[in-house]
Amino acid sequence: MALLEIRNLHARVEEKEILKGVNLTVNPGEIHAIMGPNGSGKSTLASVLAGREDYEVTEGEVLYDGKNLLEMDPDERAREGLFMAFQYPVELPGVNMATFLREALKAIREHRGLPPLSPAEFMKLLKEKAALVGLDPSLKQRSVNEGFSGGEKKRSEIFQLALLEPRLAILDETDSGLDIDALRAVANGVNKLRAPDRAFVIITHYQRLLNYIVPDYVHVMVDGRIVRSGDKNLALELEEKGYDWIKEEVGLVA
Amino acid sequence: MTTTLTATTTRPEDRFLHAFEAYAGEVLNGTSEHLATLRRKAIERFSALGFPGRKSEAWKYTPIAKALQHPYKIDPMPAVPTLNEASLAAYAIPELDAYRVVLVNGRFVPELSAGSDLPEGVVLTSLETAAREHADLFEKYFAYYLDFENEPFLALNTAFARDGFFLYVPEGAALERPVHVLNLIDTSEELFLQPRHVVAVAPGATLKLIASGHSQSNARTFTNSVMEVFVGQGAEVHQYDLRLEGDRASSIYTTQAYLEGGARYTNGTLTLGGALVRNNVQVRFNDQEGEAHLYGLFLGRGTMHIDNHTMIDHAVPNCVSNELYKGILDDQATGVFNGKVLVRPHAQKTNAYQSNKSIVLTREARMYSKPELEIYADDVRCTHGAACGQLDENGIFYLRTRGLTLQQARAMMLLAFARDVLDQITIEPLRAYLDALVAARVGA
Ligand SMILES: Nc1ncnc2c1ncn2[C@@H]1O[C@H](COP(=O)(O)OP(=O)(O)OP(=O)(O)O)[C@@H](O)[C@H]1O
Ligand SMILES: [Mg+2]
Repeated sequence: MALLEIRNLHARVEEKEILKGVNLTVNPGEIHAIMGPNGSGKSTLASVLAGREDYEVTEGEVLYDGKNLLEMDPDERAREGLFMAFQYPVELPGVNMATFLREALKAIREHRGLPPLSPAEFMKLLKEKAALVGLDPSLKQRSVNEGFSGGEKKRSEIFQLALLEPRLAILDETDSGLDIDALRAVANGVNKLRAPDRAFVIITHYQRLLNYIVPDYVHVMVDGRIVRSGDKNLALELEEKGYDWIKEEVGLVA
Repeated sequence: MTTTLTATTTRPEDRFLHAFEAYAGEVLNGTSEHLATLRRKAIERFSALGFPGRKSEAWKYTPIAKALQHPYKIDPMPAVPTLNEASLAAYAIPELDAYRVVLVNGRFVPELSAGSDLPEGVVLTSLETAAREHADLFEKYFAYYLDFENEPFLALNTAFARDGFFLYVPEGAALERPVHVLNLIDTSEELFLQPRHVVAVAPGATLKLIASGHSQSNARTFTNSVMEVFVGQGAEVHQYDLRLEGDRASSIYTTQAYLEGGARYTNGTLTLGGALVRNNVQVRFNDQEGEAHLYGLFLGRGTMHIDNHTMIDHAVPNCVSNELYKGILDDQATGVFNGKVLVRPHAQKTNAYQSNKSIVLTREARMYSKPELEIYADDVRCTHGAACGQLDENGIFYLRTRGLTLQQARAMMLLAFARDVLDQITIEPLRAYLDALVAARVGA
């Protein structure tokens, strides 16, 4: 069974239709990349999957592990193994990173029938996962994302991914704003987390990331639809030619 | 006075004036000549001022006249029920090693209060005993600076001042352990209580003072409490006031602090309980290089009304004041913050910061915030900010995408909001105690 099955998904925000019939199937173990011009609806798709309430689904359905994803609360989705690495992670002054992650991990483990970790086990795990993505371990003493540099925020998202061990991870432009070392570290982290029962949907503007994380499929989103899918070579083609030729082909002349 | 009844006799002021006359002979006079003279002056001022009416700017959002319509029993010497250690244990702050002072219905209870183990020279006693046995100190500090000329509640309290605690820390002394004053309300009568407290910290001395108010009973009461705090030259006072009373206890708490040169004063006022609560914190810099930090946290629920009024009088140059007040209002609760900063013409090089932030959780809850900066000097640095809003939905969503329930996410955000203030508390057991109380309140 597919892990994620999106069928003819339409969504709008305040009267404006943004997703206009998205179809996508993701199987366990696969890596999918979604590319596409600014404003085409990539983040909107990610937000709808994560459960943000600002978006109204007007048509279509999303099955996650065979269950109706759209009926679940955002936290239920998370406990069921969906993870979203945000394009713009929010800063939470006063919310201690370690405390927050302890609660999050506890909730997710409980859902999986696992006992809570002891404080020592938890700290050890934090250290391990921070090392995996090259995150400065002192950041966990700070408030969530507060005052983190752009790169630190992105690393912190992958660090959380590593800690929470989701079944489906959606990465929204995790590569943008990263220096070359950070990019490698993040990609490295993702590659280490690749597993037969775990899938990734990676939203990116840059083919460069896909040199490090080699996708099984590349999709192009234009104007709220996935208009073309291919393998990793499609990303190379886009890098070379831009999006206009695709827009023309699907009748959306630039 | 005429003999026509109705209108005049139903004024709440008259009940107090009558009570004053009734008690003036015995209960209120026995203590000292100094006090008797002051009382007379005070009641005259009160009579002239009257309670603040509906047009009073200082009471604009707090319906005090209405609250005082209730015929509370005016008794300067209310009964004190016997209390044992077991019933006090409920109000102890875990891990806090403090000198304890117990007041019940505004009256000092010596049997339950610290005495012999105090460092030499420290006076910690009832107001009444201080007037008798430490007349020099009492007359020096009691109502010395207090501005009852213009404040009816201060005038009223001064007129009826009978009991409360008196604390004196001599020059250079450092009280290592904090003093914890437990203010208990334990009565079946609908009392109007007027405790009066004096805290005098001589030059170079330090004091950590915690005062917590609790209800042991459920009768409707009104407290008009006044505390005068003197911080001598180079002295340091950390004062934390906890309002943890039940929902039938209304109160006005006024703290007036006077800072001599180089004095440092911290005031933390944390309101978690009560019905109508008005906190007045007033600071006056009497000499240069003084520093005052005012922190406030208020959590309103039900129909609570919490009003915080601060007033910082930069009367001299080169002083620093810093205020941070935060509130969370749930249900139909109302919050008020009014922060007045007065920088007088000669008070150059003043630094004054003020910030008030509130979260309003429901559509019925209200928050009124009013910074009031009056600056008459030109070489000063003053900033203020006020923000009022809902919980950050993006933050809640973020936390939920990590598996936390809506309830957990909200609690985590609210606690974080409150911790901004809680983390300023320098007495660790007190910080931990309040952190737990606040966490429980926000559902964490
Ligand atoms: N909450 C919102 N309110 C109004 N318009 C929105 C909202 N969210 C998204 N949009 C609009 O929907 C369109 C798609 O936005 P989205 O962020 O999904 O694009 P994107 O493909 O992620 O773009 P980028 O590559 O720039 O990140 C844009 O025109 C955007 O302005
Ligand atoms: Mg985007």
